[in-house]
Amino acid sequence: MNIVVCVKRVPDTETKIKIGGAGTKIDPAGVEFIISPFDEFAVEEAIRIKEKLGKGEITILSLGPAEAQAIMRKAYAMGADKGTHLNDATECQDTLAEAQALAAALKGMQFDLLLFGKQAVDYDNGAVGVQVAKLLNIPVVSRIIKLDVADGKATVERESDMGKEIVEVKLPAAFTAEKGLNDPRYPKLMDIMKAKKKPLEEKPAQLDAPKLSIVKLDYPPARPPGKIVGEGEEAVPALVNLLKNEAKAL
Amino acid sequence: MGNNVLIFAEQLGGKFRSVAYEAICQGKKMAQGLGGKAIAVAIGSGVEAVAKDLGQYGADKVIVVDNAKLKDFTVDAYGKAFAEVVSKNDPAVVLLAATFQGKDLGGYASAALGAPLSSDCTEWASQDGGIQVKRPIYAGKAYVTVKFNSQPAVISLRPKVFLPDAPDASKSAEVEKIDLALSDDDFRSVVKEIIAKTAGKIDVTEADIIVSGGRGVKGPEGFAALEELAGLLGAAVGASRTVVDEGWRPHSDQIGQTGKVVSPKLYIACGISGAIQHLAGMRTSKCIVAINKDPEAPIFSTADYGIVGDLFKVVPALTEEIKKTIG
Amino acid sequence: MKFDFTEEQKSMMEVGRDFAEKEILPTQEEDEKSHHFRKETFKKMGELGFFGCVIPEKYGGNETGHLCAALLTEEIGRVSASWTLPFNMQMWGPAFTILNHGNEEQKEKYIPALVNGDLIGAFAITEPNSGSDVAGMGATATETDDGYILNGQKMWISNAQTADVSLVYAYTDKAKKHKGISCFLVDMKNNLGIKTAAIETKLGLFCAPTGEIAFEDAKIPKSALLGQKGDGFKICMWQLNNTRLGCAARGVGIARGCHEHAIKYALERTQFGQPIAEFEMIQDQLALMYVEYEAARLLVLKAAYEKDQGNIGNTLSVSTAKYYAAEAAVNASGLAMKVFGSYGYSSEYPVERFFRDAKSLQTVEGTSNIQKVIIARAILSK
Repeated sequence: MNIVVCVKRVPDTETKIKIGGAGTKIDPAGVEFIISPFDEFAVEEAIRIKEKLGKGEITILSLGPAEAQAIMRKAYAMGADKGTHLNDATECQDTLAEAQALAAALKGMQFDLLLFGKQAVDYDNGAVGVQVAKLLNIPVVSRIIKLDVADGKATVERESDMGKEIVEVKLPAAFTAEKGLNDPRYPKLMDIMKAKKKPLEEKPAQLDAPKLSIVKLDYPPARPPGKIVGEGEEAVPALVNLLKNEAKAL
Repeated sequence: MGNNVLIFAEQLGGKFRSVAYEAICQGKKMAQGLGGKAIAVAIGSGVEAVAKDLGQYGADKVIVVDNAKLKDFTVDAYGKAFAEVVSKNDPAVVLLAATFQGKDLGGYASAALGAPLSSDCTEWASQDGGIQVKRPIYAGKAYVTVKFNSQPAVISLRPKVFLPDAPDASKSAEVEKIDLALSDDDFRSVVKEIIAKTAGKIDVTEADIIVSGGRGVKGPEGFAALEELAGLLGAAVGASRTVVDEGWRPHSDQIGQTGKVVSPKLYIACGISGAIQHLAGMRTSKCIVAINKDPEAPIFSTADYGIVGDLFKVVPALTEEIKKTIG
Repeated sequence: MKFDFTEEQKSMMEVGRDFAEKEILPTQEEDEKSHHFRKETFKKMGELGFFGCVIPEKYGGNETGHLCAALLTEEIGRVSASWTLPFNMQMWGPAFTILNHGNEEQKEKYIPALVNGDLIGAFAITEPNSGSDVAGMGATATETDDGYILNGQKMWISNAQTADVSLVYAYTDKAKKHKGISCFLVDMKNNLGIKTAAIETKLGLFCAPTGEIAFEDAKIPKSALLGQKGDGFKICMWQLNNTRLGCAARGVGIARGCHEHAIKYALERTQFGQPIAEFEMIQDQLALMYVEYEAARLLVLKAAYEKDQGNIGNTLSVSTAKYYAAEAAVNASGLAMKVFGSYGYSSEYPVERFFRDAKSLQTVEGTSNIQKVIIARAILSK
C-alpha cells in the first residue's frame, strides 16, 4: 500500500497578517508556519491506514520554499516514511501551475492512494487536489470524512448538498481531506528526533509560467463601527427595532 | 479570442439553485463588459424543461446536457460534460458558484482546459479588456486582487454575495441540447448510498439568517433557545468550532476557517467570543448581531449591533419580541 | 553562542503548546474549580514522551535532554502551572534520581513505568516541622532483618495521595546527623502502615494533588534503599538541584502566560477613547513583565543546557534560575492583574489563577531565601 500525501507550508491560523512592502505578498516577519490543517488530516489518515494494514509506505510531497522541509519533517514525526520536496519560492497563487508541478512529480511515483487537504489555509482555493487528479487522470473524491480501503477499492464518506454520501472508487484514486476525518496525533518526542534521519529528496519544481498574477493585496474592508444596543433583555426591543428599520435585516 | 462567459447553472434534484441565478446575473454583466454572450450550462436529469427560465436572469443561451445517468453530481461525469461544452464555446470566462459542486467542477475544468482558477471570489471588475477578481485569503484576513494572463479564466463566486436581480419574466433563453456519450469510465466514483439530511434542516450555506452558538451556550441543551429563535425566523443554526469539537453540534453546522464560510443577510452570534478563525467564516455577513455576557469579547468589534447579557435570557426575549412585532 | 532553537526543539515546543491548548485549556476552568486531576491527560503526556527527556532510551526515555524538558515545561506552564508538576513528579524527581543512584533492578522496575505514566511518582522530603531545615526532619527508617520500618510524617507532598511510588527521605541513624539520612523507594499503595490525606486548603495549583503522608510502622523491603545508607542527604540535595529546574521552568511559563494575556487585553480594552496599550504606565508594566520573563527564561535555558553538557551538579545556575523565575512569575502575575483591572480580580479570567499559582514558587523546592543562601555561598567560595 503506497500512499502519497501532499502537504503545504502555510502561516499559522492565529497569525496576524501584515501586507509586505510591495503590496503583493505578506510580510513573513514574525509569522509561524505550520502544515496546513487539512493536510494534517490527510497525513494522519495515511498513518492510520498503514497501521491498520500493518504495512505500506507513506511519502510526503510538498511544493514550496526551502523551509517546507521543516514542515515535511513534522509529517515524518507523525509517521510518514520519506518525502520529496519540490523547491519553489515563488508563491504564485496559481493553483493550476502548482497542480501541474505536483502532477509532473507524481507521474514518476507509484501510489494506491493520493491524499490532499481539501484546501490550503493560505490561499483557500481548494482546487489543487481535484486539479492534480484530473491531470493524472485518476478519480478523485473531495472532502472525505471517512476512508476505508480494502481489495483495491476505497469506500469513503462525505457530506454533500444531498446529505451524507457513501462513495466507492477503485484505486489508485485521489482524496481531499475534510475536518472530521480524524484527530491528528501529536508526534511523540522520540519520533520528532527520528524524523531527522528519514530520507528527504529535493528537486527543483517544474513550474510553468503562472497564468494569473497578483495585482495587489488589501486588508478586509473595515466594517463601520457597530454599537452596543444595551444590556440584557431590556435591550431587546431596541435591537429588534434597529434590525427591522435601520439594518432592514428582519 | 473568445468573449463569452460560460456559467455553470447548478441544480439539485432537477431544480436550479439560487446560486445558479446569482452566477448567471453576474455572468451576464461580465459578458456585456466583454462584448460576448452569457451562456448557461445545465447538466443533470430532467433539467431540459426548466432551462429556458434561466433567460429570466440574463442567460442569452442555455446548453443542456440531460441524461438520467447525470441525476446525481459526480465530478467525473459532470466534469466531462462541462469541459466539453466549455471548450466548444470559446469562453473568456468560465463562471461557477463556489459551492460543493462548483468547487469540484471548477478544479476539474481548470485542469481539463489548462485554465487558471480563482475560487470563492467576492468582487469582480472589467479591467483592461478582461476580468479581474478579488477574493479573501488567509481566512479573510486579507484580500487579493487577481488578474488573468490567459483565457479562459475559471472563476467561482462566493454564494450569497452577489444577490440576483429580480427575474425578468419577459425574457427566455435559447436552449441547445447536447447529447453526450457516457460510459462507465465516466463514473469511476460510484455513490453507493445517500443518507439524506434531516428533513427541514436548512444548511447554513443556504440560509438568509443564521443563529449561531458558541462556547457560551454551555452544552447541547442550551441550543434549544437558539433553535426556537431560528425556527421562528426560518433560519439555520450554526456553531463555532469549540461547540463542534465538544460534540454538541455536528460538523456540518460549523462556521469558520475549518468549517463553512457563510454570507447571510443576518448573523446572530450567541455566546461566541469572536476568534479570528470564526470570523473567517462569517465576516462578510450583511448584518452581524452579537450577544455575549463578556463586554470585552472581540466579537463586539466586528458586530453591527451587540447586546451584553446572558444569552439564556436575551435569546428567548428576542424570540418573544420578534413574535410580537413581526408575527 | 547561537541563540536559536533547532527544528526539533521548535517541533517539541509546538507539541507542548498544542497539547496545553487542546488537552488542558478546554476543561481547565472546571477542573481548577473542582480540584480535578485528569488521569487521561497525564497518561497522554506520558505516551508522548514528555517525562522521558532526560532518560535514556534503554529505560523508555527519548534522550532529548534537559533543555527540551524545560521548553516543554514552559509551554505547559504558560497555560497551567498545575500541569507542570508531573515533569518533576515523574521525571526530574524520581526517574532521574533512580537513574543516577539506583541499582539495575530498581532502574528497570521503576523508570520505564514512571516515564510512560504507568506509575505516578512523588518525592517526600518536607515535614510539618521541617521545611528549609531538611536535616531537621524527624522521619525514621529503622533497619530490621528483612527491611526497614518507616515512621514519621511528611507534609506538603505533591501526589502524596495519588502516588504509586515515592522517594522518601528518612533517618536511618540520627547520631550521624545529616549523614544519617537515607533515601528509599517506597511503594505507596497496599502498605498498611502508609496513610495519606489530601490537602485541600492550598491557595492554588488546584489540579496538582498535594497531601500528607503518615508512616506508622510501615514495613518496606531492603530493596527499597536507594544508594547506600547515609547517602540520603546528598541524594536529596542532588535531586533538588534537578526538580528546582523544573520549578524554574514552571515560573517562566507563568511569566509568559501573564505577559501574553496582558498584551492581548491591553490591545483590546479601550478607555478614554483608545486601547490602554497606548498609555505609558501600562507600557511600563508590560515592558517589565517581558524583560523579567526573558531574563528568567535565559537563566533556565542556561542551567538546562549545562546539565545537557554533563554538569548536573550546577547548583549556582539552577538556584539562580529558580530564584529569579519565581520572582519573575510573582511579579508578572501582579502586574497582569493591574493591567486587567477589575477583570484581573475575577475568576472568569485566567490572571487570578496565575497570581495564586505563582506565589507557590517562592516557597516550593527551596524558598527564595534558601536559593539566595545557596547563591551567596557559591559566589563567596569562588
